[in-house]
Amino acid sequence: MTEIPKEEYILKCTSACAGCPSSLILRYVLKAAGPDTVLVVPACCTSVIQGIYPNTAMNVPVYNVAFAAAAACASGMSEAFSKAGKKTNVIVYAGDGGTVDIGIQALSGAFERETDFLYICYDNEAYGNTGMQRSGSTPIGARTTTTPGGKIHAKKDIDAIVAAHHPTYLATACAAYPQDLFKKVQKALSLPGSKFLHVLAPCPPGWRFSSEKTVAMGKLAVRSGIWILFEREYGKVTINGPSKAALVKPAPLEEYLAGQGRFKGIDQNAIDALKSQAAARALHLQREAEGIC
Amino acid sequence: MSSCRPAMSRPKEGASGKTGSWRVFRPVVDREQCNACGLCAMYCPDAAINEDLEVDLDFCKGCGICAEECPKKAITMVREEH
Repeated sequence: MTEIPKEEYILKCTSACAGCPSSLILRYVLKAAGPDTVLVVPACCTSVIQGIYPNTAMNVPVYNVAFAAAAACASGMSEAFSKAGKKTNVIVYAGDGGTVDIGIQALSGAFERETDFLYICYDNEAYGNTGMQRSGSTPIGARTTTTPGGKIHAKKDIDAIVAAHHPTYLATACAAYPQDLFKKVQKALSLPGSKFLHVLAPCPPGWRFSSEKTVAMGKLAVRSGIWILFEREYGKVTINGPSKAALVKPAPLEEYLAGQGRFKGIDQNAIDALKSQAAARALHLQREAEGIC
Repeated sequence: MSSCRPAMSRPKEGASGKTGSWRVFRPVVDREQCNACGLCAMYCPDAAINEDLEVDLDFCKGCGICAEECPKKAITMVREEH
């Protein structure tokens, strides 16, 4: 704990919901990045919780930009800073809708150009800001306002899509493990080129659980193996501590699902699909970590 | 035009008002049981718990993560009377 700086870069406080994982994540992202940082925030919860004009809770420069444009905007900024001889960190902080659906084209372009920036997707698995409509990142079986009977399609594997661009660094993190998140942001910012961080954000109102369970739900996601903490540094995969243990002896997935109202009444087929997807993903990552594929 | 001002906000504490007014349950710390591990402050989404592990009730939204994650169960959520 001692290595994490005491400075806070979000003044008390944003208008995020009580127990918001996005606020928790951003706290540690900015602690790791420090004051010489610019955030690019497309439409998402973070673009509406900053405060009421002319005031903002954010104590670093934030550029609020259209849904589809975050990575493109960051590309320009990164290039401009570089030309001006500045080392300012350019960080995109986008939700899952702005990453896996609407922002994917600009994201792909920026990674293809090897833009020197860090793209962070905080993933609450739906369009939370507009009232929990399903996104490409919503898992199968989850109820949202546009999938009232449970989503019938699987969660899009954005990590594999980004990995196909061969970025310098790609990692997953979770709001329940701030120290792990802090280290990954620091490592990402120490490397050149395009970096991607995918952070699970258990959302109390969206996932329909009580606000004090945010951290507990994040830990359960990792312990059940539905969310795997790993890093891909120059293509080399490492599975991180908490997930290593979870892959040997995972907690029952049912425990994770039962805690969330969005999975209420989920049918067995959807549970089986979630389990087999998680198992396939775990196997693939383990093989990659061992250098088999 | 000089009359045009960019839509730029400036940092200020309380930019979203005193969010403590949202609170339904207030965290109360039992100092006898607290071993100052600091997990409550680490997990507070709004950084409303300071280094001395005092809760800023002007801004604490009462989410209860601190009480839930306290390994010593030193924090109790008490209903606000307002």
